Amino acid sequence: MLEIRNLHVRIAEDETEILRGIDLKIGKGEVHAIMGPNGSGKSTLSYVLAGKDDYEVTEGEIVFNGQNLLEMEPDERAAAGVFLAFQYPIEIPGVGTMTFLKTAMNAQRKARGEEELTTPDFMRRVKETAKMLHISPDMLKRPLNVGFSGGEKKRNEILQMALLQPTLAVMDETDSGLDIDALKVVADGVNALRGSDRSFLVITHYQRLLNHIVPDFVHVLSAGRIVRSGGKELALELEERGYADYVGEAA
Amino acid sequence: MATPTRLLETAAEKALAGHFEAIPEDDPIRDVRATAFDVLKEKGLPHRRVEEWKYTDLRTLLKDVPAPAAPGDIERARAILAETDPLADLAGSRIVFVNGHFVPSLSDMSAIADQVEFASLGRFLADGGAIFERFDMIDPAEAPIFAMNSAFMADGAVINIKAEAVLDKPLHLAHLFVGADAGLQTLRNLVSIESGAKATIFETYHGPDDVAYLTNTVSQVHVADGAEVRWIKLVEEGGAATHLGLAMPRLDANAVFDPFTYTAGPVLTRNEMRLTFSGSHSNAGIRGAILVRGNSHADFTLFVDHAVPDCKSREYFKSVIDDTARAVFQGKIVVRPDAQRTDGQMMSQALLLDEGGEFDNKPELEIFADDVVCAHGATCGQIDEDVLFFLRSRGIGEEEAEQLLVQAFLAEAIEEIGDEAIEEVLEARTRKWLGMTEVVE
Repeated sequence: MLEIRNLHVRIAEDETEILRGIDLKIGKGEVHAIMGPNGSGKSTLSYVLAGKDDYEVTEGEIVFNGQNLLEMEPDERAAAGVFLAFQYPIEIPGVGTMTFLKTAMNAQRKARGEEELTTPDFMRRVKETAKMLHISPDMLKRPLNVGFSGGEKKRNEILQMALLQPTLAVMDETDSGLDIDALKVVADGVNALRGSDRSFLVITHYQRLLNHIVPDFVHVLSAGRIVRSGGKELALELEERGYADYVGEAA
Repeated sequence: MATPTRLLETAAEKALAGHFEAIPEDDPIRDVRATAFDVLKEKGLPHRRVEEWKYTDLRTLLKDVPAPAAPGDIERARAILAETDPLADLAGSRIVFVNGHFVPSLSDMSAIADQVEFASLGRFLADGGAIFERFDMIDPAEAPIFAMNSAFMADGAVINIKAEAVLDKPLHLAHLFVGADAGLQTLRNLVSIESGAKATIFETYHGPDDVAYLTNTVSQVHVADGAEVRWIKLVEEGGAATHLGLAMPRLDANAVFDPFTYTAGPVLTRNEMRLTFSGSHSNAGIRGAILVRGNSHADFTLFVDHAVPDCKSREYFKSVIDDTARAVFQGKIVVRPDAQRTDGQMMSQALLLDEGGEFDNKPELEIFADDVVCAHGATCGQIDEDVLFFLRSRGIGEEEAEQLLVQAFLAEAIEEIGDEAIEEVLEARTRKWLGMTEVVE
């Protein structure tokens, strides 16, 4: 469903090369983890998938369900099924959480030629999902992420993911800033969404998250390249030995 | 006449002189008009070298002044009122002016007949204008809008909300301009809110988009001890119109006055507010929103006089500027030597949607007392690219995301009004300005 071929990416502003030839195939329903040291290009990969224009693709391609992802606008990618859970969810004063959720859901439905949700249908979906993620009605009444704790913001990201039902969810260091209880809530939310039609790309620095969201494949990213791929046991090996081997290899 | 006379030289100034000449000799307040007009003759229209008008050079911006407007077609006004006035549904009583003239048949004060005394200004002018002695005056030389208004005022609302009266529903002062010919409508409102009374007042302005009419409106407002007033002014004049407004509220002790001025539409707008605290423990929340696009120009100039101790003022203004439009905010808070324990917090923020726009922001604090809490802040920026990307990553198109963010920006000020029904109307006006289709649920 997703194939990244020889992807080279640099920062548009200063032309620093970040990704130097990534090859990655993700099949339907698979969970892939990308691990790597700081600065290896993990977040860049997630932003390029979502379509942030701070980056420039100099070589390579990304094919998503037969479509050339790089030619699509961020909102078109979302409507096609790509979702990025942000490492640092943004606060938007003045935009009510419910207004935002409804606008996003209906925009995607409209883009796909589907009927807009009725208000009762929308409310029902939000209530059910929020309950599972321990998101209080009070949080939903507030402007998006304003005054939310780190854990609340991450749960809010998962809420959006659950409501938007993407086919590819990219999770950028979703575990950062979470204590173990919050991590469990988030992981439960993600696991509940796992299914044969939904693939995940889980980006993390630490193995800890992968105890809760168990991946099918693990890749090690270093200096802009995938330097090793393996099964879930690779994560444990990295936890024990650190990234020193790979950092050395890349340099 | 002994007054040194500046040669009235711009087309607008010459037009003003011509219109003044046309006022009949036997006009009952000819002396009041002449005193004011002498000031205009002496100084001409204000221009960029006059400090308070530096960013709104009326001499350049005002191309012409049409002749005082004839009464408009009342049936046409009735239809427009029914269709377009967004706040009308919330009001319980209504005073309607068409082309600057009071229209009894469109007005309805029956619901508050026991609580509010009302007469149109026309009646008081016939008596020679003694009514003005009951309100604070201002030197016309210091206030060109006031001078122009005094020279040409034709009608207005004289309102007295009786002591302890509590109006269940807002009182609506609706102003409509109708017809295809430009005209000058000059309104003077004299509003007294007696002690302990509570009221919400709507003051709205609408007119056709393609007629270069001019509105000049001055409201002298007295908020007595313990009275509480919320005042929503909606300036949605037509796109070729000019709106010059001046509000002069004076607050006695323990009073609350919360005005909100929403401006979207006219090609040229200058709204001034000169608010005076004359009694202690009063509270004013002065807020507003300016939405400008095309080549429009909108200015809000505020002067808050903390003349007595223990009063609190909050000033919060938002401007959204698109295309090559220009918005101006000037806010001056003066804290007099005796006005200890004054609390004044002023914030003005602008959002530029296009690189061609301009925002001029001039906050001033003049503090002569030593025990005060005063602050001002100003921001001017564009839509945050990271926020825009976030919204787009959730499937929201660029245009819709921008609209959402403009609404959010204005909502921060609108939500301080503290009345959900009014807030919803103003937010709907923003959606209309943004060209969004209304979702009927």
